[in-house]
Amino acid sequence: MPDHIPSTPIPSTQALVVFILFFAMTIVLGSTVSWWRGRGHAGPSDAAGSEDWGLGGRQFGTWVTWFLVGGDFYTAYTVIAVPALVYATGAFGFFALPYTIIVYPFVFLVMPILWQIAHDGRHATAADIVRARFGSRTLELAIAASGLIAVMPYIALQLIGIRTVIEALGLPGEIPLIVAFISLAAYTWLGGLHAPALTAFIKDIMIYIAVLAAVTVIPLHLGGYGAMFATAAQHLPRPPAGHALMPGQSVPYATLALSSALAAFLYPHTLTGVLAARSADTIRRNAVMLPVYTLLLGLIAMLGLMAHAAGVVTTSTSAIVPDLFMAIFPDWFTGFCFAAIAVGALVPAAVMAIGAANLVTSNIAPGLRDNVHASRFVALGVKLGALACVLFLNAHFAIDLQLLGGLWILQTFPALVLGITRLRFSARAMLTGWIVGTLYGTYVCFHDGLKPTHMLAIGGMHQAISTGLLALLVNIGTVVLVGLLVPGRSRSDATTA
Amino acid sequence: MKKLYLALLLPFVGLLWLPLYDRTEPALLGFPFFYWYQLAWVPLTSLLVWVVWKRAAR
Repeated sequence: MPDHIPSTPIPSTQALVVFILFFAMTIVLGSTVSWWRGRGHAGPSDAAGSEDWGLGGRQFGTWVTWFLVGGDFYTAYTVIAVPALVYATGAFGFFALPYTIIVYPFVFLVMPILWQIAHDGRHATAADIVRARFGSRTLELAIAASGLIAVMPYIALQLIGIRTVIEALGLPGEIPLIVAFISLAAYTWLGGLHAPALTAFIKDIMIYIAVLAAVTVIPLHLGGYGAMFATAAQHLPRPPAGHALMPGQSVPYATLALSSALAAFLYPHTLTGVLAARSADTIRRNAVMLPVYTLLLGLIAMLGLMAHAAGVVTTSTSAIVPDLFMAIFPDWFTGFCFAAIAVGALVPAAVMAIGAANLVTSNIAPGLRDNVHASRFVALGVKLGALACVLFLNAHFAIDLQLLGGLWILQTFPALVLGITRLRFSARAMLTGWIVGTLYGTYVCFHDGLKPTHMLAIGGMHQAISTGLLALLVNIGTVVLVGLLVPGRSRSDATTA
Repeated sequence: MKKLYLALLLPFVGLLWLPLYDRTEPALLGFPFFYWYQLAWVPLTSLLVWVVWKRAAR
């Protein structure tokens, strides 16, 4: 992927001009957001200024939250990676669809409660909430570390997303990545969470236009959806007659969907989007409205099948979507679509950097709390880390690390989510579960050669299941076991859960 | 715990039990069953969450 050479003709300068126009417009709008909101600059060590930079002052209403969470949950990497997986595996790649559906009943039940706790206690991160609940600094650090390590490769993947489209435009070498980085840095530094929040709508409208055009135009070329599915099937492994999945794929499909859904809103970036909402009802309303993005995701996933039907052939699956757009759209519209993907990377990457900065200034080095200047520097540092990850390691490393990141973030589920139930577990039980789950999952994942599923042998039956889910079960089992065997102090009374 | 909250389990059952929809027929508008069935759960889940929110929460 780093040395990908576009297999289709490089688009003309027309595409480049349209791309630059839209990309630059978004960055300028986002960076100057505090200026045209008429707020001027918040004082560097002002507590309100810090909450404003890191959580948008907890004032985002239904629509802004919808665009913001939609913008940072359905990322540019999604637009590149989901069709790439569908291109490579066919129907199996669609597990992103059930994943992004069942996540909403979960969001509806859990997130308003977490929002309330965070709002009442002025918490900015998951680790804040856990510290207040369990009164344990060690557990707080564990949760913060999981979040930080999990979000870093995610930012790297957004930079890779931007690089993929800029490379497809014909700009070689490391220039695209540097451009991507500088734009992202300026954008986050100046605008804080307001920058992605108020430009997310541009990103979404652009992505909607690009994808709707693609899913209308391409099947017309190919003779309708029925013909499209039939042609694509000829290029993919053939499932047993009448089935969509290959034998043995059902359980991986379901367990990957479930583990992804449980992990999705534990990430610093998604949780930041949720905590920045104005009220608990804002979140409930969004649990009803956000599935609209899932329809879009389903259509985006179809692009992987359409690429087969349109005869796009490449070994670099992450270039599927750019190649497909170049193959079917006029140059100027290709430029527009590429800008949509690049802007689509900018919005989540900014929220991720801010979420990570919140973790560092609130939990890892609490002395920096309410210091907006420190937050800016930390966000910059996090992005530099992500850049280094892409430049000096390689894209595949970022992808592997993101897989592990999903596994690690899932291990914060018991402390954060079981923590809000009436069940009372000690901090010690939670910490032991976190350690055992994280170590076990990491070991299994490495042992399997960094694959997302693990082959279990139960009573002579072999069945692959999501490694993250397996580690979570081990984690919860440990929590219960330690909780029963070692009666620790009951929870701190600092919160009303 | 109001009983209506149990309705939120339906998407989990409907989407995580693959024997329900790992099939290609009947197709709809050219979409094999596998695809349109999952897409149909999107508005359905929205509706379920909305109904639970409006009915059970008060």
